[in-house]
Amino acid sequence: MNLSRLERLSDTLWRIAPRGPMRVPGLLFADEGLLRDMDDKVYEQLCNVASLPGIVEAAYAMPDAHWGYGFPIGGVAAFDPDEGGVISAGGVGFDIACGVRTLHTGLKLRDVEALKTRLAEHLYRHIPAGVGSRGTLRLNAREMDAMLSGGARWAVARGFGTEADLQRTEERGCAAGAEPDQVSEHAKERQRDEMGTLGSGNHYLEVQKVAAVHDRTAAAAYGLAEGDVVVSIHCGSRGLGHQIGTDYLKRMVVAAERHGITLPDRELACAPLDSDLGRAYLGAMRAGINCALANRQILTHLARHAFADVLPEARLSLLFDVSHNTCKEEEHLVDGRRRRLFVHRKGATRAFGPGHPSLPAELRAAGQPVIIGGSMGTASYILAGGVAEQACPSATRHAFASACHGAGRSMSRHQATRRWQGRAIVDELAGRGILIRSPSLRGVAEEAPGAYKDVSAVVDAAAAAGLATKVARLEPLVCIKG
Amino acid sequence: MTTGWRHFHHMADIGVHGFGPRLAVAFEQAAVALTAVITDPDQVVQREAVEVACSAPDPELLLVDWLNAWVYEMAVRRMLFSRFEVTLADGGLRGTGWGEPLDLERHRPAVEVKGATYTELGVWQDGDGIWHAQCVVDV
Repeated sequence: MNLSRLERLSDTLWRIAPRGPMRVPGLLFADEGLLRDMDDKVYEQLCNVASLPGIVEAAYAMPDAHWGYGFPIGGVAAFDPDEGGVISAGGVGFDIACGVRTLHTGLKLRDVEALKTRLAEHLYRHIPAGVGSRGTLRLNAREMDAMLSGGARWAVARGFGTEADLQRTEERGCAAGAEPDQVSEHAKERQRDEMGTLGSGNHYLEVQKVAAVHDRTAAAAYGLAEGDVVVSIHCGSRGLGHQIGTDYLKRMVVAAERHGITLPDRELACAPLDSDLGRAYLGAMRAGINCALANRQILTHLARHAFADVLPEARLSLLFDVSHNTCKEEEHLVDGRRRRLFVHRKGATRAFGPGHPSLPAELRAAGQPVIIGGSMGTASYILAGGVAEQACPSATRHAFASACHGAGRSMSRHQATRRWQGRAIVDELAGRGILIRSPSLRGVAEEAPGAYKDVSAVVDAAAAAGLATKVARLEPLVCIKG
Repeated sequence: MTTGWRHFHHMADIGVHGFGPRLAVAFEQAAVALTAVITDPDQVVQREAVEVACSAPDPELLLVDWLNAWVYEMAVRRMLFSRFEVTLADGGLRGTGWGEPLDLERHRPAVEVKGATYTELGVWQDGDGIWHAQCVVDV
């Protein structure tokens, strides 16, 4: 990105002054190195988002931002329904509520090392992964609607987990206000036998070790110590979420003119929050969130079974579950005034700071766990939401309590397959003690660690900007790759 | 070459591009490019035919609908397709795809496509009269 068009507010905060149709400035959280490597499209897309009706304060880019669909991936924008604010299908993304959850195992590295290969084989057998994989569950129409209304709560009621899991999931495992009737039959058909599947692309289930602890107090509150073994699951709402995105993107493009919205880019397709289409998407998108939460809950259940066969002493308890493709109704202080806003986070994680009332009591003092997935074979991070609301009366400095979500690609899939071979990557990682199990070697090549940005640089920038604080660094032992 | 397909660069995902002497052929080739995101189209045997119909207010939205129709058919039928035929009609199209059930061993699918997008979306005729149809697909 050309930095001459940006105003430097600090080492990790840069501003695009409003011009032309922009209603608010653009704000980028990143250090100079990350910004220089960032696609110029991020600049363009941020300016476009800043032009949408009812946007509040600024359009934000996280340190891992890259070129997305209308909104940059790693983008945050809040809209006020009372000021003509909009909701955007492109601002949520195709994989609604794609996210990460991390589970404790109660085990130490030394408990797992000798059984690692068996564990990898068992997990690979239990977790449906990759193109065309099916879950063991078939949902009829009634169960489908119950799942879309209930989310992880539905899954727990069906025996796929415990009440304790729900306490450690955003919204206690269920997005309120979901409307299964606003989800098309096509979307439901795509999901019929995809519950409890990982998907493909950058989705994974990893067994990881806690390689370093950066903040002892927060780590203790989160129950993390060096040498602990944890499990992280990265996936989303599968075919259902993708189809909701497809369906509503088209409906919003076609209806934009009727709603008096000029779209600089059709991917920015949106509808007023106060419109039939806006409300319909909100209801469908919340159903998509519930689908993702239920899916990660079922995968958790499958992982527990796989562990029980190999390491019966393991106790997989949920640390936390975050979604990073969402639009959520939240209250925020803006210039000292409390406002009800709809916050889009597209490739960005909600990061409530210490003391936030929505957090479980035992996590409240430390702030919300923010889980940052790395690429296959590199590190992941556990962060803590950085800014207590009372310490920061304006949303400007913390992007409505948001942080980054991952490393972000630095190379296209095509470039990656030309540079690396899947088999060589699997062998190289095995040499470093990291076991990869995947149905697709080409998929492994496309997801080569070298095709991603340095996740540590992204996390350091988020921490330096005050969006979140570093708690622990995780490194992979086993990766089941979709 | 006046008929064919290619992929084009996109950082996070993949662009699909079809071209041919008629608009319908460009659409057909774009669908082959879509299959090539997942597997080598030459490995997909044309054993069964599936029909789709799409309508949209303009050719660009029609292209996205056409590709999304195959994203849907591939997902719910667990099939892959390697040859396509399109008949354009007023405001829409009817199409047929020939393919076979997904075979993990033989097709070695790399990734599933979530949906066709409006990014880098274009349908146009160049100076030599060749039609082009392209967009980025989310994987």
